[in-house]
Amino acid sequence: MARIAGVDLPRDKRIEIALTYIYGIGLTTSQKILKETGVNPDTRTRDLSEDEVIKLRDIIDKQVVVEGDLRREQSLNIKRLVEIGCYRGRRHRMGLPVRGQNTKNNARTRKGPKKAVAGKKK
Amino acid sequence: MSRSVKKGPYVHESLTKKIDALNAANDKKVVKTWSRSSTILPTFVGHTIAVHDGRKHVPVYVTEDMVGHKLGEFAPTRTFKGHAGEERKTGLR
Repeated sequence: MARIAGVDLPRDKRIEIALTYIYGIGLTTSQKILKETGVNPDTRTRDLSEDEVIKLRDIIDKQVVVEGDLRREQSLNIKRLVEIGCYRGRRHRMGLPVRGQNTKNNARTRKGPKKAVAGKKK
Repeated sequence: MSRSVKKGPYVHESLTKKIDALNAANDKKVVKTWSRSSTILPTFVGHTIAVHDGRKHVPVYVTEDMVGHKLGEFAPTRTFKGHAGEERKTGLR
């Protein structure tokens, strides 16, 4: 079974795509890994030989930060910003956009679902 | 785009001068500055710098984590107290 970095890869997809099911690996990283290991990106996951799986697992363990480690790294970065009390940290705390976007409208990804304001209609 | 490495970090000259003088005298005094765009250098760690927010000087105690940020990031220029009739749930600011 192709199990890399604690994630089961989809068996019927091309390995190039299957690797992107791992958090922290997108198409670019996936292609780079395959190029380095010399595995054909068009092979299906189920057709990989044991050797190839081990090679992939090795390179991902060594060179790429994925899954839990990556999530931890990100939350530590955010925590640092929050703790030193800088502008970006404050925006994270308030749940507002961090990179200077407008908040008069939109920004719903950060702000979450709309809250109704009482008596706002004419 | 980030600043060219060749130039080094931007710091207002008078600020570096004052901090260096304090470091040489092994002294800790509050340094007032209007230069919000100055980068915090490792030499600033441990000092308190009063950064202008447009109205008054906000005292900022510089810790090691702050190195590389700009002084202005620690002195907010806007005071938002929330909308009228809004319940406050999470901590301020």
